[in-house]
Amino acid sequence: MTAMHLVDLNSELKTEPIRKGFGRGLKKAGELDINVVAACADLTDSTQMSLFKEAFPDRFIEIGVAEQNLVTVGSGLAAMGKIPFVSSYAAFSPGRNWEQIRTTICLNNRPVKIIGSHAGISVGPDGATHQMLEDLAIMRSLPNMVVLAPGDSVEAEKMTLAMAKDKQPNYMRLAREATPVFTTADTPFEIGKAYMLREGHDLTIIATGTMTYQALAAAEKLIKDGIVAEVIHVPTIKPLDKEVILKSIRKTRAVVTAEEAQIIGGLGGAISELLGEVHPTIIHRVGIKDRFGESGTPQELLEHFGLTAKHIAMAAHAVISKRV
Amino acid sequence: MTVPELELKANDIRQDIIRMLEEAGSGHSAGPLGLTDIFTALYFDVMNYDSQNPNWDKRDILLLSNGHCVPVQYATMAHAGFFDRKELRTLRKFGSRLQGHPERTKLPGLENTSGPLGCGLSQASGMALAMRMDKQHHRWIYVVLSDGELNEGNVWEAAMLASKYKLNNIIGIIDRNNIQIDGPTESVMPLEDLSAKWESFGWHVIEIDGNNIEAVIDAYAMARAIVEKPVMIIAHTVPGKGVDFMEYDFHWHGMPPDLEQAKLALKELRTLKGKIKSEADE
Repeated sequence: MTAMHLVDLNSELKTEPIRKGFGRGLKKAGELDINVVAACADLTDSTQMSLFKEAFPDRFIEIGVAEQNLVTVGSGLAAMGKIPFVSSYAAFSPGRNWEQIRTTICLNNRPVKIIGSHAGISVGPDGATHQMLEDLAIMRSLPNMVVLAPGDSVEAEKMTLAMAKDKQPNYMRLAREATPVFTTADTPFEIGKAYMLREGHDLTIIATGTMTYQALAAAEKLIKDGIVAEVIHVPTIKPLDKEVILKSIRKTRAVVTAEEAQIIGGLGGAISELLGEVHPTIIHRVGIKDRFGESGTPQELLEHFGLTAKHIAMAAHAVISKRV
Repeated sequence: MTVPELELKANDIRQDIIRMLEEAGSGHSAGPLGLTDIFTALYFDVMNYDSQNPNWDKRDILLLSNGHCVPVQYATMAHAGFFDRKELRTLRKFGSRLQGHPERTKLPGLENTSGPLGCGLSQASGMALAMRMDKQHHRWIYVVLSDGELNEGNVWEAAMLASKYKLNNIIGIIDRNNIQIDGPTESVMPLEDLSAKWESFGWHVIEIDGNNIEAVIDAYAMARAIVEKPVMIIAHTVPGKGVDFMEYDFHWHGMPPDLEQAKLALKELRTLKGKIKSEADE
């Protein structure tokens, strides 16, 4: 197992919104490459593009509240050799502009970097309209698109730098709320790789984005029940790192997936598709189950919709009991 | 080329459009025929490009925003030396580089992938902003739009942005032929006062007869002299131009001619409805 250099989970973890890491990463990417440019749809502070805007005002474009224009302008920037990062809330981009992304970015194969901030149920009080849960599904279905969800702010920073070097269209989802920082500067990250964070033998928990920390916490709880779980972090949902995932599942023969998104078409969907074809295995998908969200505090909503370490642990017991 | 030579070239291109569409058995007739004079002017007078080096880094850019009119672009590109005219017969066929709607990654010389409407001006804006950052002056971005396309909100999002950033190297041209699939534009979704709309969005507007090649060339020259804002040329065209039974009839928007109709159309075009003699008739 590659050394993951995680923070000691029993220590007091720092918390920080994942989007902050993106903001830092984008500024660094801008320092490293003059072709990195940014455009935003009237949410420059909340998507953390403001750091880049302050550093490189001539390379920042304010699009206004116009998400269809946001991504198509991105396509034009990329056509001239720029590396455009375009950001809004995920509910609006890629929520509103999917066809423009499909035609002018994916089919046209231009390396636009689409940043969907405020994804997931933990957006909280803004309610269902702003809680983007379908982004992984709609982006994953597009040929040429790479789909990314960092586990914490430190990984988001590395991911942003990697995106600036990647030649394909990318989508990265970010979360609003502060979440635990469990990786360090030394934790490896590459686009297309899944990472074994914790070895075990009783089941495999596969998680992405904000749910990876919850998966690690669930594995800790499960120890007390005598269950040793393997935890795989999947920051790249597409293309999926099949090798790491299948190797673990061949050993454990039971899977729980966890994501802050619809289980239809997201990470749970992707893993189910893989296993159904290659290695049929009992699977429980922790995520949003074909419903919309509602207003509430992030913690209330995560509890209500079953997206905590406790829920992952319950799912683990369930799959183990059904394993053949 | 002189204007009469350009007119003859346009006539040859129209004939190729008829042949391509008949052979393909599907596709749009009215728009490409109406746009032929504009495309002839663009490729044989207005634009700076190298057909043998389509990625030449100082070339002007042409974005066809209404991708369904691509037969006119393919035919004009073949005449301009991008590829052999024989390839025009592969339009819409399996394995062809000439897809039913334009795909940049398939055919060198295309600058965008389009079909779903409303995206050309946005892409032009991104390109113009990138050129400005790179201090690439003296490169022009020509965008062709249809009038029905202006129903799309995306167009007006781009119109605001290009105006905000004073993207003065963008020159749009609207194929104002007054038809769209469901009927006349003014009954489907009225666009008038079209000129006032663009002016109020901060664009300089030039209105011309889009089937008069000399007027098209003059309008582009005028547009390049406007420095303080982007320019939109409203080109009034006759849909199905050059073929009597297609002209002004919205039914020909999305329909190709059959073999008999194609023969009739080609005869009309060869003689410019009896006005001229072409080589084929001599």
